[in-house]
Amino acid sequence: MKNEGVHISSYSSHGIVLTVLLALTTLSVMVTDWHLGAFSVSIALLIASIKVSTVITYFMHVKFESLFLKLLIAGVFVIYALVIIITFIDYFLR
Amino acid sequence: MLMSTLQQNHSEHIDSETGKLGMWIFLFTELFLFGGLFLVYAVFRAKYSEDFHTAADELNTFIGTLNTVFLLVSSMTVAMSVTAIQKNNRKLALFLVLVTLVLAGLFMMNKYFEWSHKFEYNLYPGSEVLKNLPRGELLFFGLYYMMTGLHALHVFIGMILLSINIVKIGKGTVNQQHYLMLENSGLYWHLVDLIWIFLFPLLYLIT
Repeated sequence: MKNEGVHISSYSSHGIVLTVLLALTTLSVMVTDWHLGAFSVSIALLIASIKVSTVITYFMHVKFESLFLKLLIAGVFVIYALVIIITFIDYFLR
Repeated sequence: MLMSTLQQNHSEHIDSETGKLGMWIFLFTELFLFGGLFLVYAVFRAKYSEDFHTAADELNTFIGTLNTVFLLVSSMTVAMSVTAIQKNNRKLALFLVLVTLVLAGLFMMNKYFEWSHKFEYNLYPGSEVLKNLPRGELLFFGLYYMMTGLHALHVFIGMILLSINIVKIGKGTVNQQHYLMLENSGLYWHLVDLIWIFLFPLLYLIT
């Protein structure tokens, strides 16, 4: 059958991923209350990035997909990062 | 005879690898749609950081956090529904997609209360109150309505997709052998979650 060889994520693994995501959300809200000024922006974005990578890796099942798809996804994020960097270089050096 | 054999083969052969790749390519375009808005936000935030700070204080962090929890849990239930269909547990898959749909509904309900509360204070696009705010605050609310509005539209489309899946799982056209539709709708739903993961700290938390 076609299903053979397809990786099936377990229910418990999804549960663990959700627990991690909720913990990171709590941390993100707590950090805001510490009033770290400029750092709070970078910390919030760092936590958000960890959460996004977790969702992509496990919920979106990319960990078990082909290398081709993995490289494609990584490539798109690199392109987006370049768009941000180039825009800010242009913006600050104008 | 030949035609019927061909048709039979055609209906049996579903290339799920390619189907998933197509979905991902579509998600990339979505990423850049929101990515552009994030970039606009970043540039204006750098320019009007004081105004953004004041305006973001108006947003209700509790509602934002609650909606984050709704979306995270719904992302898990839709991922679990794929597991359930792969294990040929249709009833559980159906139940999990239904839970996802309910959570999406709760998210939208929260959004409705949040927006109508702002409308009561005449904080809506084009209102006199908003026009007279400092430029940075006006930009913040413009971006807030644009980004959360576009996101809410995606939640709404996701809800339609989830409903179609409920019907198809019920009918048995989405089953253990053919579940690409559920998988791709799941991917779309996760994208909705991903965008919110960034919107939440940018709009609600960073004040």
